[in-house]
Amino acid sequence: MSDVKTPMLDELSGGQWPSFVDQIKQEAVHTPRYNNDMLKQLEISYSDNRGHWKHGGLVGVTGYGAGIIGRYTDIPNEVPGVAQFHTVRVIPPTGLYYTTEALRFLMGIWNKYGSGLMNLHGTTGDIIFLGTRTNHLELMWDELAAAGWDLGGSGSSNRTPSACLGKSRCDAACIDTMDLIHNITNHVMDELHRPAFPYKFKIKASGCPNDCVAANARSDLAIIGIWKDDIRINAAELKNYFAKHKDPKQGFDMVNHVALMCPSRCIEVDVNAETLNIRNGECVKCMHCINVMPKALHVGEDTGAVILMGAKAPIVEGALMGTVLVPFMKMDKDDDYQDFKDLLEKTWDYWEENGQNRERIGETIQRVGLAYFLQQLELEPNPNQINAPRDNPYIFYDEFFDEEEEAAG
Amino acid sequence: MATVEEVAECMFKEVEQFSGKKRFKPGDLIKHVQKELGADKDQAKLAIRALTEDGRLVYSYFGGTWLELPYQEGAAKG
Ligand code: SF4
Ligand code: SF4
Repeated sequence: MSDVKTPMLDELSGGQWPSFVDQIKQEAVHTPRYNNDMLKQLEISYSDNRGHWKHGGLVGVTGYGAGIIGRYTDIPNEVPGVAQFHTVRVIPPTGLYYTTEALRFLMGIWNKYGSGLMNLHGTTGDIIFLGTRTNHLELMWDELAAAGWDLGGSGSSNRTPSACLGKSRCDAACIDTMDLIHNITNHVMDELHRPAFPYKFKIKASGCPNDCVAANARSDLAIIGIWKDDIRINAAELKNYFAKHKDPKQGFDMVNHVALMCPSRCIEVDVNAETLNIRNGECVKCMHCINVMPKALHVGEDTGAVILMGAKAPIVEGALMGTVLVPFMKMDKDDDYQDFKDLLEKTWDYWEENGQNRERIGETIQRVGLAYFLQQLELEPNPNQINAPRDNPYIFYDEFFDEEEEAAG
Repeated sequence: MATVEEVAECMFKEVEQFSGKKRFKPGDLIKHVQKELGADKDQAKLAIRALTEDGRLVYSYFGGTWLELPYQEGAAKG
């Protein structure tokens, strides 16, 4: 453990949860040059009530405009060990599966060239290496690249796309998110490494509406697996759930825990006749019934994805959730996901041309209006794109219909 | 149709001419060569790639990504 005195930070070491303070102090044994001064700076920040990091600048590796985030202390005389403390983002394997060999390699690289502190994974989904100096960057990069790793996105670029583990482990997956995101990541390499957008752009894919990567809240372009046909019912397993329902020790209630919690109330359960019916046309794909009865209920077979656009966390403007752009798109491996790639290109073309500086695509859509944006992307309007029914009763449609009739002659 | 080298040269001249007075986002340079030379977007992207790989222009980040002539580390200056 580091012997730097940090009385204020030490309070964060109490309690039953792992503490980042302990972890930094442990790592400081291997890389004292960075981490002792990092601890000192953190302690100073806690007593000053303000951060001492500045970020930005000109650091990077040759030819790339992304992947390295320049970070400096504003008190270099007090903490020279972190005068430069740059962050490096590395693209993780899709679905976040690692071999121990790969993890050891990454840790070895970072002990050699950096502070040894890593964050798996940052909010971007990347492997985050925290803290190195400018003159180590190219050396580290040469070794990483030679071993087949690549840098992730940062700045006004397409950020590293991310996916849930999808079909590799999950019954609910309607699309092969790992294959899709691996394919798309390779397709967007230039946009990832050479930022040319008005601002950042994130793509995330979840295999089903459970949306484990929170694509609908955290990505400019969300791909969420969905099905069009009926929820499949396994009759034998359904019988077992009724047996559970009838056994008071099991605490499982088909009426209260399943049917009455369906947001569209489209499930009918008859516990005496042991039947369960779903009015699939009214199902809003919330996943509740499938999640609570995973052995008996399964997503349908006619699968694809809903594409949403515009979600973001509050940075320049407030937070936004995604808006449905395409209610159903086949994610066709054999066609190399061409429909999705065409939509992506059109979106970028429009946004690069019309987006304002530091304006996320969701804000662009808000500024120009969804109807106009759909027109520009040559997408058909669809009732599924409506977020909520209109609440202004003073819009009269008669005149629109009259105009249309007149135009039709 | 201009070559990628000509497109790159046109971008470089624009950055050089306004060095210290104006900053350019990659998108600004793409629009500039589209207007000046009728270059297409793919050509413009290849030109940026060539310029940055040769180190004639470097990327910087100050509340957004910019392309500039190489000089000392920005935020390091204080
Ligand atoms: S989003 Fe759906 S498919 Fe992906 S891991 Fe979660 S439950 Fe499984
Ligand atoms: S998925 Fe949700 S909306 Fe659809 S039937 Fe099940 S509980 Fe109801």
